[in-house]
Amino acid sequence: MNISRVLTIVPAFFILVLSLASPASAAQLAERETLPNGMVVLHAGRHSVPMVSVVMAVKAGSISEPSAKAGLAYLTAALLTEGTLKRTSREISEAIEFVGGSLSASAGADYTTVSLTVLKKDIELGFDLLSDIVRHPAFREEEVARKKKITVNMLIQQNEEPEVVASIAFSKAVFGEHPYGRQVQGTVDTIPAVTRQDLVAFHEAQYAPNTTIVSVVGDISGDELRLLLNRYFGDWQQTKLPDTTLPTVEQKKSPAVIKIDKDLTQTNVILGHLGIARSNPDYYAVSVMNYILGGGGFSSRLMDNIRDNRGLAYDVHSFFSANRYGGSFQAGLQTKNESANTAITEVIKEMRRIQTEPVSDKELSDAKSFLTGSFPLRIDSNSKIAGFNLAVEYYGLGLDFVDRYPAIINRITGEDILRVAKEYLDPVNYVLVVVGNMEKAALKY
Amino acid sequence: MKKITLIAILCVFLSAATAFSLPINEYVLDNGLKVLILEDHKAPTATFQIWYRVGSRDEKSGKTGLSHLLEHMMFKGTTKHGPKTFSQTIRRAGGTDNAFTSRDYTGYFELLASDRISLPVDLEADRMRNLILTRDPVLSERDVVTEERRLRTEDDPQSSVFEEVMAATFKNHPYRRPVIGWMSDLGTLNPDDLLEHYRTYYAPNNAVIIVVGDVDQKQIMEKIRTSFGSIPAGLPIPAAALGEDEQRGERRVYVKKEAELPYIMTAYKVPNLSHVDGFALDVLGSILSDGKSSRLYRALVYDQQIAISAWASYEGLYRDPFVFLTGATAAQGKKIEDVERALLEEIRKISQTPPSGQEVQRAKNQVEASFVMQQDSIYMQARTIGSFEMTMGWKFVDSYLDGIRKVTAEDVSRVARKYLIDDQKTTGILIPIPKEKGS
Repeated sequence: MNISRVLTIVPAFFILVLSLASPASAAQLAERETLPNGMVVLHAGRHSVPMVSVVMAVKAGSISEPSAKAGLAYLTAALLTEGTLKRTSREISEAIEFVGGSLSASAGADYTTVSLTVLKKDIELGFDLLSDIVRHPAFREEEVARKKKITVNMLIQQNEEPEVVASIAFSKAVFGEHPYGRQVQGTVDTIPAVTRQDLVAFHEAQYAPNTTIVSVVGDISGDELRLLLNRYFGDWQQTKLPDTTLPTVEQKKSPAVIKIDKDLTQTNVILGHLGIARSNPDYYAVSVMNYILGGGGFSSRLMDNIRDNRGLAYDVHSFFSANRYGGSFQAGLQTKNESANTAITEVIKEMRRIQTEPVSDKELSDAKSFLTGSFPLRIDSNSKIAGFNLAVEYYGLGLDFVDRYPAIINRITGEDILRVAKEYLDPVNYVLVVVGNMEKAALKY
Repeated sequence: MKKITLIAILCVFLSAATAFSLPINEYVLDNGLKVLILEDHKAPTATFQIWYRVGSRDEKSGKTGLSHLLEHMMFKGTTKHGPKTFSQTIRRAGGTDNAFTSRDYTGYFELLASDRISLPVDLEADRMRNLILTRDPVLSERDVVTEERRLRTEDDPQSSVFEEVMAATFKNHPYRRPVIGWMSDLGTLNPDDLLEHYRTYYAPNNAVIIVVGDVDQKQIMEKIRTSFGSIPAGLPIPAAALGEDEQRGERRVYVKKEAELPYIMTAYKVPNLSHVDGFALDVLGSILSDGKSSRLYRALVYDQQIAISAWASYEGLYRDPFVFLTGATAAQGKKIEDVERALLEEIRKISQTPPSGQEVQRAKNQVEASFVMQQDSIYMQARTIGSFEMTMGWKFVDSYLDGIRKVTAEDVSRVARKYLIDDQKTTGILIPIPKEKGS
């Protein structure tokens, strides 16, 4: 009775059930196409909710800016929604918010992301706004001044967040002059130096179809999408990208300890060093190893030791941040100032242990079964699929990645874990950042 | 066991082409356990959640934080399953799990590939009855919660202000207490306190199961009946002490802490969503605060540039009347007094002159669009169903959307005049103490 009533209202709902009866496979995840102007389009039609999510990645991240103008990529992205040649800042926000949609842009290190979410009925408006802000931002002087001021204020306020303070210091110590070593938002010294001319020039040089991937997921057919892309991005001209040469980063030859004194009840700890790029063939073995060490929540050794057994922290974790042009490893936690030494000692101990003793068969099989078994959860909504497809394209993983992933994980052995732990963890020449009450922490490191 | 079939028509206001409904089914077992199931086959995943009607509102003075500590202890093992096994079992199956505690409720959830969704059913049934609460694990977990409190509140200046404002807004009603508990209380919580709390509130007649995702409801109901059906109903749940005398005049509190920028937060006592004014308060909050076209952002951040953030929020989805909040972070060099004046000026304006039709329509469109868009996530759908069920009842979702649609511009002004008044407000201000230089 219930079902028949639903059927009369939304037959599409049940048609979709049948088509998804078997687990999602790559063929259903996305269609890939390159437009004549070089823009790469990934499309996944999902018609059960009348909404569309669009995520665009433009190669206009902080790696493409000069270090003296740190924050240029960030400001460029932040100003996209603050006015175009034909719309004011207010007109943009009113247009998108009136229909309950969202439109935002933010810069990362590698690329800038522009995201649009709208109800299906507003897709035309959505694409109109999206293409307008990406292609024709105005960078009006008063908006530039306003955004610079707010950015400086936000950078100042970040000092109230010990984890952010620690993280900024850590990246700087690990990556030095490499763009990964600086905050995408720039600093209170570099932001004031960015001019309107810088923004216009950066936009012109970096924002182009041949540097852009667009990932579209939701209630939209391939034909509908093609029409919209033609109308709003068809005449977007290619540009020749300036070459970016990135400085090389050396692994440290001695430990570096950075102490930042603040009147806090906890000491925030980050301990780590250089890591690997996403393209490193050991990426997957490293993922499994890190899951066991500190990535696997309550299944991880760091959590078991430092939280569960010792009650020293609420949050303790480790991760490899693996990007296109390099990466880092870090273990992080917060603990009352007085127990900082103990917690740091335990982190180092766990790093050594996974380098010297083989992991147990149970740990290995648990890690593998989580990483493979949780895959459906990584792609079970429009927004997740949009982001996932983008990453698959950016890192060149191939659209059959979903199908290949379980086998890649399952062939990793205990010897692999030991080998990558030895190769990619360094419990001696690390960078250690501590932010807290240094008198109470009385650090022995 | 009785079964009630109902369809919540969520979006009749949309055009015919986009109209659809959410077929939520309600079941109640003989022991009082309620089950809400929403089949959603968009993706081969599902969430299993169990929500208990217990939160910080049910705690006694001197024992704050008990509900939240018990939430932590629920992961520490039962007579049947050893310590540390719960999350590990879920993870081995590729799932994730977590829990949350609020003023009104405590919820536990698992997210899994849908072919494994029966796995958490037994585990949740087991920990509803068989939890082990002994001294050592309790003391160790108490330390963990103490660290959590340091992380979330002690070392976070703006959170500290919120806590102080709540404590001053309510003199007596338990909403005055922080969910995580006062630091001075945490050290006193012992296994006996936990055991009593557990035995009183963790019973089928005080719980609601919510399942959303790619499930066959017959199958999952059979599993739930097998696992939970034999658990006897508990004693009637004691009523919390909920008195609160009338406020006669503004209250002000200050927090002095190492921080960078001054911050202000004001709480006005307002009814919850069971009162018809709740809908207009919700629209008022949206007009003041949702997005860059909202009034507070426009006035304080964009035009006057005296704040780096400014916001308002109607907290109506609570069992008892709670608060309407406004707040702002001052820009560097700006006085918090000027920020406060600017906030109050915006409230004065909207109290005196009704908002434009466009502003009211935007707020309504935002509410309606968000209800459609949250269907992208099985987790969000379950959270919405749960938070309505714990406060107003899940069927209230319909009345909610209906009520929002009926709000007029004059209603918005009227509730601003009626509730956002000086004598009913409690203001908290963060006064930053300059930090000492780091090494």
